[in-house]
Amino acid sequence: MSATDLTQADFAALPRQHSADQLSRPSLSYWADAWRRLRANPRAMSSLGLILALLAFVTVGPMVWTVDPSVQDVDHIGISPGADRQVTLTTPFIPWEPEALTPPTPSTGNPLGFTLAQSATTQSVRLTWADQDSPRRLYRNLFAPEDTGSFGLPLADLDTPYFEDRLDLQPETYYYTLVALDAAGEESETTATLTIDVTRVISIAQAQERGLIQPDESAEIGQTLKLAWHPLGTDYLGRDMLARLMYGGQVSLFIGLLAPLAFVFLGVIYGSVAGFLGGPVDQAMMRFADFVVALPFLLFMILFKVVFGIGPGESGILPMLAAMIILLWPAPARLVRGQILQIREEAYVSASKLLGATTPYVVGRHMLPNTLGVILVTITFQVPSAIFTEAFLSFIGMGVAPPTPSWGAMCNEGIKSMLTRPHELLFPAMMISATVLAFNLLGDGLRDALDARMRGAE
Amino acid sequence: MIALHYAGSALSGTNLDVSGIDVKNNSVSIIIREEPPQLNSSRATDSISGMVLGHVMEGLVRMGLDDRLEGAVAKRWEVTPTHATFWLRKNAKWSDGKPVTAEDFVFAWQTALKPETASQYAFLLFAIKNAEAVNSGELNPSELGVNAPDPHTLVIELARPVPFFDKMLVFPTFLPIREDFYNATQGRYGADADQLLYNGPFQISRWIHGSSMTFERNPHFWNQDEIHLDTIHVPYITSDANASLNFFKDSKIATTGLQAENLTEAMRLGWQIRQHRDGVVFFMEFNHRPERVTGNLNFRRALQLVLDMDELVYKVTKLPGYEPGVSLFPGWLMGESDLLRKEYPPEKIRPNTAQAKEYLQRALQELGLSQTPTLVLLAGDNPISNIQSEWVQQTLKTELGIDVKIDKQIFKQRLAKMTSGDFDFVLAGWGPDYNDPLTFGDLFASWNKNNRGQYNSPELDGLIQTAQGQLDPGVRMRAFGDIQQHLIDRAVILPMYERGVTYVVDPRLKQLKRRVIGPDPDLSRAHIDAGGQ
Amino acid sequence: MLKYAAKRIVLGLITVWFIASATFFGMHAVPGDPLTGDKALTPKIRANLEAKYGLDKPLATQYWIYLGNIAQGDFGISYTQENRRVNDIIREHFPVSATLGILAIVFAGVGGVLWGALTALYRNRWPDVAIMFLVILGISVPSFVMAAISQWSLVNLNQTAGGTVLPIGGWGSVWHMVTPALVLGLSTMAYLTRLMRSSMLEVVNTDYVRTARAKGVPATQIFSRHQLRNAILPVITVLGPAIAGITTGGFVVEIVFAIPGLGRYFVQAIQQLDYTVIMGTTVFYGAFLVFMVILVDLIYGLIDPRVRVDQ
Repeated sequence: MSATDLTQADFAALPRQHSADQLSRPSLSYWADAWRRLRANPRAMSSLGLILALLAFVTVGPMVWTVDPSVQDVDHIGISPGADRQVTLTTPFIPWEPEALTPPTPSTGNPLGFTLAQSATTQSVRLTWADQDSPRRLYRNLFAPEDTGSFGLPLADLDTPYFEDRLDLQPETYYYTLVALDAAGEESETTATLTIDVTRVISIAQAQERGLIQPDESAEIGQTLKLAWHPLGTDYLGRDMLARLMYGGQVSLFIGLLAPLAFVFLGVIYGSVAGFLGGPVDQAMMRFADFVVALPFLLFMILFKVVFGIGPGESGILPMLAAMIILLWPAPARLVRGQILQIREEAYVSASKLLGATTPYVVGRHMLPNTLGVILVTITFQVPSAIFTEAFLSFIGMGVAPPTPSWGAMCNEGIKSMLTRPHELLFPAMMISATVLAFNLLGDGLRDALDARMRGAE
Repeated sequence: MIALHYAGSALSGTNLDVSGIDVKNNSVSIIIREEPPQLNSSRATDSISGMVLGHVMEGLVRMGLDDRLEGAVAKRWEVTPTHATFWLRKNAKWSDGKPVTAEDFVFAWQTALKPETASQYAFLLFAIKNAEAVNSGELNPSELGVNAPDPHTLVIELARPVPFFDKMLVFPTFLPIREDFYNATQGRYGADADQLLYNGPFQISRWIHGSSMTFERNPHFWNQDEIHLDTIHVPYITSDANASLNFFKDSKIATTGLQAENLTEAMRLGWQIRQHRDGVVFFMEFNHRPERVTGNLNFRRALQLVLDMDELVYKVTKLPGYEPGVSLFPGWLMGESDLLRKEYPPEKIRPNTAQAKEYLQRALQELGLSQTPTLVLLAGDNPISNIQSEWVQQTLKTELGIDVKIDKQIFKQRLAKMTSGDFDFVLAGWGPDYNDPLTFGDLFASWNKNNRGQYNSPELDGLIQTAQGQLDPGVRMRAFGDIQQHLIDRAVILPMYERGVTYVVDPRLKQLKRRVIGPDPDLSRAHIDAGGQ
Repeated sequence: MLKYAAKRIVLGLITVWFIASATFFGMHAVPGDPLTGDKALTPKIRANLEAKYGLDKPLATQYWIYLGNIAQGDFGISYTQENRRVNDIIREHFPVSATLGILAIVFAGVGGVLWGALTALYRNRWPDVAIMFLVILGISVPSFVMAAISQWSLVNLNQTAGGTVLPIGGWGSVWHMVTPALVLGLSTMAYLTRLMRSSMLEVVNTDYVRTARAKGVPATQIFSRHQLRNAILPVITVLGPAIAGITTGGFVVEIVFAIPGLGRYFVQAIQQLDYTVIMGTTVFYGAFLVFMVILVDLIYGLIDPRVRVDQ
């Protein structure tokens, strides 16, 4: 074949042809295709369901479970789910006047004359013993002293032959031990132990106040009732855990979702611009990012609160959101910029540019979808971190004002009683875990669905 | 860049791998919350510095194991309305073997008062002649009314009669400092173990900042018979209560504090639990500035009648040793011959919501308000203050329908707001500086800078002047009784509770002394009983 | 390369100057000051203290004095630790935090890359699912809970063994570091695992991998030469700031395990408004971070020739 003489006309663009591709199936846009693949992913769909359930829990939940999350039931502090709720009606508490009492006389079986003066209730346990010269020390224990070898909790050292115990009385069995002290104030061998069962009581006025009996309802002393039901128990101030989880989720999900979405979005734009432009612009932009990263977060958080003019005791949730967005974008920006630098040199990007694609098109269509994996991972990981940042800031007075709960703050409080009342830590931690799990699974599903290489795959 | 070379200390043994009680080496280990900021006694303010200094230094007098004042460097003393004279024992020595002399006290007290030292506790010395003038820079430190006519006699001229002057000397500000050593440290006195000269039963042999301290028996201490331990270790420094408990459980320390949440476990394990009241009184302080609703007496009375401190202590705080507050003066203070509490029993206010509502109505009428404005409760950022302020908030809401906003602030911001009066009420605490009711009694004097709510009553001021100026104990104690009554009648503050400390001790450790005034805990006279239970 | 590094260092110094300035003015804008204390000071003593620390001068003057001092490497004297120089605080406590942080990063980095690669290779099969759940546990349980639980478990372990298997706190030997480093590195490891999985999936089916496989290159070599090397880049990107963050941000772990690190001084300084310690630690931390970023960028170039920085 001989060489062809090429003329200028041969290099002219071909006219647009609209019938070049004959599609055998209806055209499927990128997004429609992604949605199709996401729908086919059972794990992603169940995580979507979980997210919807969580949102319903915090929004619809309070309408169904209408218990006020800030009402304190001081007779019902830190109870676990399913605890006994039986309570007996009694007369209101009147301070004891034991001075009028004749102290018991010692007997051979009870050399200290240690006796229970009145029936033991959660209002008070009134103890009395024989008159003496030397002081006595009174202990209270939840375990039999002979099993543990110690008398338990020292309640008081006493010169008087009586004591009224009102400290955190629960309907349980207590072992009270009276120890005679010698002249030097040391414990002697003379001791006496009483085993006392305490019954839970409530006065009629208190029962009416808590809505256990109606004001017009007749009630008599000694009648038994059921205390208010707390399906998930109560917290350290006797507040309903279920209600607090519902209201707490509003704060946690608000800050936990909005903040990461916002600052990751900001970071993605910043990072892709820097990465795409490269050179001195990239240098300047990234040095500014280094500057922002190094600013002490706590200090500037305090400043934001001042600048926003948040009054005492008002919710600082908006300045907190602003501070998180303004101070936390550099990490995702750095990550995306690194990815863009790498992808910029890929063959498909060069090809696309050669075919005359505009810059926003190249970045938006080729580069960002390929960084989507790391972006999604970053967002999902910022969710718990934002929730805990909120909790820490609220604790030092920078976030929501009490009594507004949040899951993170509930964890903070729950950790102290982790061993005795695990439910106070467990429930909020489970809510956070469920949120994180849902977003990770959804992130995975989205990543797979939006992966251009998977396009059209069944 | 800044040359900060990688010091070898990161890996070299900063840790002390010691047991809570080591019978063989006759040593005991304890834990501290934070490390002392520094150990210059003329500037020390916090209780941890006080605890450390109490083990390694000795003043003129000290509190004995029976909580009575006893001679330390001073063998005997005499306090008259115009003078105080101390005769020092000749065998008291510094850790370099040189004798402790009266000059060392003169130098220490002059140093504490010098304006450039800027000691926060300089006011404790104001009972001494010319002390205030020295402190404000008007007079030369040598003009201070403290003299050493001979090395073992210290004569103090008093500016005014102070009947409890000897009791004040327990405070660290009065500890001796030797001039030549102080000057040789070039401003770093008390910053490190080797920047301090010791005259107490122990000396600091090692101090690794933020990590650990070791006190070893001081061979030059004069009273060796009373000292039994060879070494006291502080192997850990942490403010985390759960971590301290874990160290105790792991037998790494001999004693630690307990929180309400840990009591059940401590009982289950059969630990030796002890309790002690640390002398600090907590109260709700009102802002008395006229523009605040809390400046109104009837309004404060309404609050006084609904906040049931019994409920706070027994149901919410739940720790043994706490006692519901009834007065600004804690129960342990001594009166004329018996406890002040017994000589002048405070009136106990019983909660009464109906009466409180009447007072509230009257207050609103007086203030010309139709409803109660939202109150601002200033609070700190610690868990206990969290719980208590939420309890106050909810109680006022249910009982009186008053809305309360909790203004949680970190330490410095809270103080700044208290000083500027940016609050309605605040949860505050006050610990004693010396063993006399006056350490609490003058708190709400109109001239007291710590009266941050700016309560101002000529009647109360008059009572405080009586308590300050009179010598007759009967007259003074009656004045304190009247001050107590005034504070209750006018609802100036609402006493919340007297703080208790619940702690566990290894049963082998004997004579661990917990106290209100002086170093707490005090292990200086403790001993190990290996077979002890 | 050298010229590039020098240019970066100059830019880095400017960044540090910006950090110092912003922190200085930000700090002074916060209400309150380091001299406010529990007990009220008399005006005279307050004036003495202000003179001692130079707080009586106009703010601009203080700023220039401060800049002059840090240029000479002098951070001044702490307000709360009254007789200690901030330089000494950093010199004594930073090595502790750095040692702990490096151990945590090694643990997080190695663990994260290996677990991440594993999950990508076994995508959607049981190892992937199992590791995923561990990862979620790792990040949704905050470090203070993790620290408390691990210390509590160690106590019980020691009691069951009747001796010290691992110390539950304190500082000194390598054994003291193991548990706190694990706790400190856990969330970073979880993050790196997920990040690695994601970026590994990007390269698992690329053309060059397919080509290598077609050429008959052994699977292990494909994994180490092609897949791992390409997938590890995002991990390295986040590692730089993570090292800086972890070495100074471990204050919860430091408090629970009674470790004398710099983290707790920093947090305490902000709460106490200890001006000199805030400035000292922020400037030092900023410089450290900038240095780590430069280092990571240089390493980046070595690993991936396409983004070699001196082009």
